[in-house]
Amino acid sequence: MATDNSNSTYETYYVPESSKFPIWASLGLSLFMIGLANALNGIKSGDGAGGATIVAILGFAILGTVLFNWFATSIRENHQGLPSAQLKRSYVLGMYWFIFSEVMFFAAFFGALFYVRQWAVPWLGGEGGRGSSNILWPGFEAVWPVIANPSDALFVPPHESMEWRGWGEALGYLPMWNTIILLSSSVTVHFAHAGLKNNNRKQLIGWLSLTVLLGVVFIFLQAEEYIEAYQELGLTLDSGIYGSTFFLLTGFHGFHVTLGAFMLSVMLARSIKGHFKPEDHFGFEAASWYWHFVDVVWVCLFFFVYLY
Amino acid sequence: MSNIGAIDGHDAHHDDDHHHGPAKGITRWIYTTNHKDIGSLYLWFSLAMFLLGGTFALVIRLELFQPGLQFVEPNFFNQMTTMHGLIMVFGAVMPAFVGLANWMIPMMIGAPDMALPRMNNWSFWILPFAFTMLASTLLMEAGAPNFGWTFYAPLSTTYAPETVTFFIFAVHMMGASSIMGSINIIATIQNLRAPGMTYMKMPLFVWTWLITAYLLLAVMPVLAGVVTMMLFDVHFGTSFFNAAGGGDPVLFQHVFWFFGHPEVYIMILPAFGVISEIISTFSRKRLFGYDSMVYATSSIAFLSFIVWAHHMFTTGMPLAGELFFMYATMLIAVPTGVKVFNWISTMFKGSITFETPMLFAIAFVVLFTMGGFTGLMLAIAPADFQYHDTYFVVAHFHYVLVPGSVFSIMAAVYYWLPKWTGNMYDETLGKLHFWLSFVGINILFFPQHFLGLAGMPRRIPDYALQFADFNMVSSIGGFLFGFSQLLFVFVVIKCVRGGKKASAEVWEGSHGLEWTVPSPAPYHTFTTPPPIAENAHARVETKGDV
Amino acid sequence: MQPKNKFLLGLLSSALVLISTHASAAWELNMPVGVTNISRETYDLHMLITIVCALIGVVVYGVLIWSLVKYRKSKGAKAASFHENTTIEIIWTVIPILILVAMAIPSTTVLRQIYDTSESELDIMITGYQWRWQYSYLDDEGEEVSFFSNLSTTDDQIAGLDEKGENYLLEVDEPLVIPVNTKVRFLLTAADVIHSWWVPEFAVKKDAIPGFINESWVIVEETGIYRGQCTELCGQDHGFMPVVVEVVEKAEFDIWYSERQEAAAAIAELTDQDWTLEQLVVQGETVYRTFCMACHQANGQGLPPAFPALTGSEITTGPIEDHINVVLNGVPGTAMAAFGAQLNPVDLAAVITYERNALGNSVGDFVAPIDILQAQAE
Ligand code: HEA
Ligand code: HEA
Ligand code: HEC
Ligand code: CUA
Ligand SMILES: [Cu+2]
Repeated sequence: MATDNSNSTYETYYVPESSKFPIWASLGLSLFMIGLANALNGIKSGDGAGGATIVAILGFAILGTVLFNWFATSIRENHQGLPSAQLKRSYVLGMYWFIFSEVMFFAAFFGALFYVRQWAVPWLGGEGGRGSSNILWPGFEAVWPVIANPSDALFVPPHESMEWRGWGEALGYLPMWNTIILLSSSVTVHFAHAGLKNNNRKQLIGWLSLTVLLGVVFIFLQAEEYIEAYQELGLTLDSGIYGSTFFLLTGFHGFHVTLGAFMLSVMLARSIKGHFKPEDHFGFEAASWYWHFVDVVWVCLFFFVYLY
Repeated sequence: MSNIGAIDGHDAHHDDDHHHGPAKGITRWIYTTNHKDIGSLYLWFSLAMFLLGGTFALVIRLELFQPGLQFVEPNFFNQMTTMHGLIMVFGAVMPAFVGLANWMIPMMIGAPDMALPRMNNWSFWILPFAFTMLASTLLMEAGAPNFGWTFYAPLSTTYAPETVTFFIFAVHMMGASSIMGSINIIATIQNLRAPGMTYMKMPLFVWTWLITAYLLLAVMPVLAGVVTMMLFDVHFGTSFFNAAGGGDPVLFQHVFWFFGHPEVYIMILPAFGVISEIISTFSRKRLFGYDSMVYATSSIAFLSFIVWAHHMFTTGMPLAGELFFMYATMLIAVPTGVKVFNWISTMFKGSITFETPMLFAIAFVVLFTMGGFTGLMLAIAPADFQYHDTYFVVAHFHYVLVPGSVFSIMAAVYYWLPKWTGNMYDETLGKLHFWLSFVGINILFFPQHFLGLAGMPRRIPDYALQFADFNMVSSIGGFLFGFSQLLFVFVVIKCVRGGKKASAEVWEGSHGLEWTVPSPAPYHTFTTPPPIAENAHARVETKGDV
Repeated sequence: MQPKNKFLLGLLSSALVLISTHASAAWELNMPVGVTNISRETYDLHMLITIVCALIGVVVYGVLIWSLVKYRKSKGAKAASFHENTTIEIIWTVIPILILVAMAIPSTTVLRQIYDTSESELDIMITGYQWRWQYSYLDDEGEEVSFFSNLSTTDDQIAGLDEKGENYLLEVDEPLVIPVNTKVRFLLTAADVIHSWWVPEFAVKKDAIPGFINESWVIVEETGIYRGQCTELCGQDHGFMPVVVEVVEKAEFDIWYSERQEAAAAIAELTDQDWTLEQLVVQGETVYRTFCMACHQANGQGLPPAFPALTGSEITTGPIEDHINVVLNGVPGTAMAAFGAQLNPVDLAAVITYERNALGNSVGDFVAPIDILQAQAE
C-alpha cells in the first residue's frame, strides 16, 4: 500500500468542498436519541411514551433520509469518476476498521458471558474465591444455563434453556438450521462476488438474491425462536442472567443480520441497475465483508450460547 | 431533503475552482469538509468544555474550601464531580487531541486533507449535540448523573436518577463520534502519506495518534457495550449487574475498566507525541531514540489492555487476579521510562531556548513523571488498599491529566498557533500564563497527596477537621490555576486577531513538513505531494543546521 | 473562629507550610503506621516505593536540570548531533525492570498474607446500607447480636450552626466492638449499592458488594478507638457513613457481648409487651430521625420528586397494610429500602405509627410489634 501513494494530489483525491449531510445527520441522530430517552423514561415512570415516540421516529426518519442521500451522492460521484483509486482505498480501510470496532462491540458481550459463566455464577453457587457469597443465596446452585436464579422471586427463571437437546431432536432445533442457513449464505454471497468479478450478471443477481433470501429466512426463524422462548420456555429478557446474555447476544446479532440483509438488498438493487463493474464494486464488497462478519459472529454464538 | 444530495452533486462539477478558499459566513463552519476548519472547530469546542468542566471543578473546590456544607447539597456535589470528570475527559481532552490531529496530521504527512472529509465533519458535529444533551440533565427535575464518571452499577442503574437514560445515549453518541474520528485518522495515516514518507519517517505525533486511534477503535465499542447493558438493566429487566438474577456488579467494573484504562492512555499518548516534537525543536537537536519511542508507545498500548483491574484491587478479586494485574501494571513503568529518558537525552547536549511551548513541555516531563511515580505506587496492590478511592488517587490522576495532557495541549497550541494564524502570540503573556499555571497547579494538587495519605476519601462534599488546612491550600491553588486560564483564552484570541507576522519556519529549530508551508497555512496545503528527502528521519531538512 | 479569620489563617499557613517543620495532626503528611502487622508491612511497602521513586526522581530530575542549565543557547551551547545509542537504551530498560522486580517480591508476600482469611476466632458480617453500617456477630449459640452504626454528628454541626466536635463526621452512635489480639474475620456485603469499608489503621479496605460476600481480617494489637470512612461512592450521603471500631481487652469484650445478647433478648420481650399509641410515637420519632429523615426530611415533606412527602400521602394515610408493606419490603428499583431486615419489630411498629400520627398526619390507628411479626411471617 505504501508503495502507491504517488497520486494523492488534490485533484485526484476528491475532497468535496462542503457538505450539508453531516449536520442534518447529527440533528436526526440527536432527535432520535432524545425521543427514545424520553419515551423510555416515560414508560418506566408509568406516564407512557406520549409524544416522545413521534420525536424519535422523526429523528430516525431524518437520519435515514440523510444517510440514504449521502450514500446516493457517493455513488453518483463514483459514476462521475471523481474518486481515485486512492480514495477508494480509504473507503476500504474505513470499512475494515469499522468492522473491527463491531468485533469489539460483540467482544464486550461475549466477555460478559464468559465472566458470569466462569466466575459470577459459580461464586454465587458457593465455589471459588468469593464462594462465601452463597450464604446470601441459600440453596442456589451454580449450573449453566441458569434455570434457577439466586432470587426466583425477583427474577422468574425460565423452565428450560435453549441448549442443544441431542441428535434426537436435532430436526426441530432452530439454531442448527440457522447455522446451516447463515453458513450457506456466506458461500452464496461468495459465488455472487465471483459472478461479479467474471462480469456474469446472471450469476451475480441469482446468487445475491439467494443470499438475501437466506438472510430473511434466518431473521424469520430467529423471530420464531424468540416467540418460542417467550411463550413456551419462559425465557425472557428479565428471567435472569441466562436470558440477559442470551437475548443481548442473539439480539444484537440479529440486528446486525438485519442490517447486513438490508445492505445486501441495496446491493441487489444496484446490481440489477448495473452499477457495478468487475474491477470497481466497493459497495458490494463492503456489504459482503459485513455479511461474512455477522456470519463469524454467529458461529461463535452457536458454539458458546447454544452448544457449549 | 433530497435536494441536499443535489447540491453536493453540483459541487462536484466545480472542477475549475478547486483551490478556492473557505466559504463565507456561518455555513463555512457547519458544512465544512476542510481538515483545518474541522480542527479549529474541535479546538474551540474543547476550550469551551474545558471552561465548563473547570467551572464545575471550581464549585467542588469552593465547597471543599472549608469543612461543613456551605454552598451545595451533597447530591448536587456528586453531580458536579460526575459532570466535571465526564466533561473534562470526553469534552475537553479528547476533542482537543482530535482537533490537533485534524490540523496537523495531513500537514505532517503531506496529505491534501483527511481521508474521509465528510465523515470528519460528522464526527465533530455529533459532539455539540451529545454534550448539550448531557449538560441539559443539570436542568432537569431529577438532576444530572450523580454516580461519578466511572458510573458503577448498581448506583448508576437501580439507584440512578432517571436522567441516566440521557447519559447513556450521550455516551453512545460520543462513542460514535470517536469511532468515526479514529477510522478517519487511521485511514489518513495508512493511505495518504506523501510518497517516500514511510512509517518510520513519520513525525512522532503522527505515530502516537495512529496508535491512539487504534486504542479508541478497540475500546469505545466496549464502552458502548457496557452502557447498553446498563440501558437494558434499567429499562428492560435484564440482570447483568444484579446478583439476584445471577449477574454481578463487579462485571460492570471489568467491562468499564477494559475501556477505562486504555482511555487514560488515549489521553496521554498524543501528548507524548506533541512533547517529542517540541522538545526536539527547542533543543535544536534530533529526537533521541526515535525507533525506541515508537516501540515504547506500542508497548504501552499493548500493556494498556491487560492492566484494567488495577482500578479494582479492593473488589475482592481472587489472589491470582490481583497478582497478575499488579505485575502487568508495574511493567508499564518500563516503556514510559524509556520515553522520559529519551526526552531528557534529547535535551542533553542540545542548544536549548525557553519559549512558552518549551516551558510547558519541560513542566510536562517533570510533573507527568511525578504522576507516573504515584501511578506506580497505586499499582502495588497491598499499598493500593490504603490509597484506593482517596485523594491520593485524585492527586495521581490530576498530575498525569492536567500538567500532563492539558499542559501538552497548551504547549501544542502555543507551538502551532503561529502556523495556524500567521501571527506570533504574545510571548510575555504566554510565559506569564505558564508560570501562573505551573505554580497554581502544584498548590492545587500537591497537597492532595497528603490528604489522601492522611485518609481523606474522594467524592465527599464534607470532611473531618484534620483535612481542613490542606483542603484550603488546594482550593486556593485551584482558583489561582482556574483564573489563570482566562489569560490563556486572552492570549489565544489576541493572537488570532493579529500580532507580529510569523515566518514559515516560525521556530529556529523547527523541522517537519508543516513548517515548509507559509504561515498562516493556506486553506489547502499539499495539493500535490511534497518530496521527502531520501535519508530524512521524521523530518524534511528545511535548514542545514538541523 | 470567624470564617474570615479562618480564610486569612489559611492563606498564611499555606505560605508557612513550605518552610515550617512543625508537625501537628492537621498537617499530617503521611499514612498512619497502624496497629496491625499487615498495616505495618503495608506502611513499610509504601515507604519503600516512595523512597525508590524519590531516588529515581533525584537522578532523572538531576540530569534534566543539569541539561537545562548547561545546554542553553543563551550560554552559547551548540547542539550535538547524536540521536541514538543502543547500549544506553538497553541499560535504561533493564535497570527499571530490576527495580520493579525488587518491589514486586515484598508486595507479593504482603498480598498473600492479606488474602489468608483462615483460622479466624470471631466472624462478623458487615453490611453496607445507604448510609449506615450493620454489624452482625456470627455466633451459633445464644441470641444474635446485630446492630446498626449511624453517623452521630448533628445536622447543625454540618450546617455550621453549631461548633464542630473533635471527631466531626467520624463519630457514630454505636461502634463496632472487637477484642484485641484476636483474629477477626469480616464478611462484607451490601444491601443496596456498593460501599467500601475502610479503617486506615488496620490497612483494611474492602468493597461491600450487594449480593456477594468479600472477606477480610484483622488482628489488632492495641486497644483503642479507630476511625475510618466508606470509600466507595454510594449516593448522596456517601461522605456521611463513618466506620468506628472500638478495640477492647478480651474480657471486656466478653462482658460487652453478653450484655448485647441480653439486650437482644429484652427486645424480643418488648415485642410481646402491650404498647400504647403514645409510647410508639415517642419511640418512633427516634427511629424516624435516624433512618428515614435523610430522605423524607424532618417535617415529612420529602424532597419531591426524588423522595416523596409522607405528610398526607396515600400510603401513610391509607390502609395500614400497605404502609407496613412499603416499610417492610421497600419499593424495589427505588431508593426506598426494605427496612424489614434492618429494624427490629418494635422500631418498625414505632416508626409506622409515628408516620401515621405525626408529621402532620393523624390517622389515629397504630401497629403493635406483634403485628409486624405476623406480617413478616406471611
Ligand atoms: C493520562 C492519564 C493517566 C496516565 C498516563 C496514568 C498512568 C498510570 N497510572 Fe493512572 N489513573 C488515571 C489516569 C492516568 N494514569 C486516572 C484518571 C485514574 C483514576 C480513575 C478513577 O478512579 O476515577 C487512575 C488511577 C490509577 C490506578 C487506580 C488507583 C485506585 O483507584 O486505587 C492505578 C493503579 O495501579 C494507576 C496506575 C497507573 C500507572 C502504573 C501508570 C503508568 O503509566 C505510569 C508510568 C510512568 C512512570 C512510572 C514515570 C516515568 C518512568 C520512569 C522515570 C522510569 C523509572 C521508574 C520506575 C522504575 C519506578 N492509575
Ligand atoms: C482531563 C481531565 C481533568 C482536568 C483538566 C481536571 C481539572 C481539575 N480538576 Fe478534576 N477530575 C477529573 C479530571 C480532570 N480534572 C476526573 C476524571 C475526576 C474524577 C471524577 C469522579 O470522581 O467521578 C476529577 C475529580 C476532581 C476532584 C475530586 C472530586 C471528588 O472526588 O469529589 C477535584 C477536587 O479538587 C478536582 C479538581 C479539579 C480542578 C480544580 C481542576 C482545574 O484544573 C480546573 C481548572 C479550572 C478552570 C479551567 C476553570 C476556568 C474557568 C473560569 C475561571 C470561569 C470562567 C467561566 C467562563 C468563561 C464561562 N477534580
Ligand atoms: C434512601 C432514601 C430513603 C430512606 C432512608 C427512606 N425512604 Fe421511604 N421512600 C423513599 C423513596 C424514594 C420512596 C418512593 C418510592 C416510590 O417511588 O414509590 C419512599 C416511599 C416511602 C413510603 C411511601 C410513600 C408514598 O406515598 O408513596 C413510605 C411510607 C416510606 N417511604 C417510609 C419510610 C420509612 C418508615 C423510612 C425509615 C424507616 C424510610 N421511608 C426511609 C426513600 C427513602
Ligand atoms: Cu457507603 Cu460510600
Ligand atoms: Cu488505569
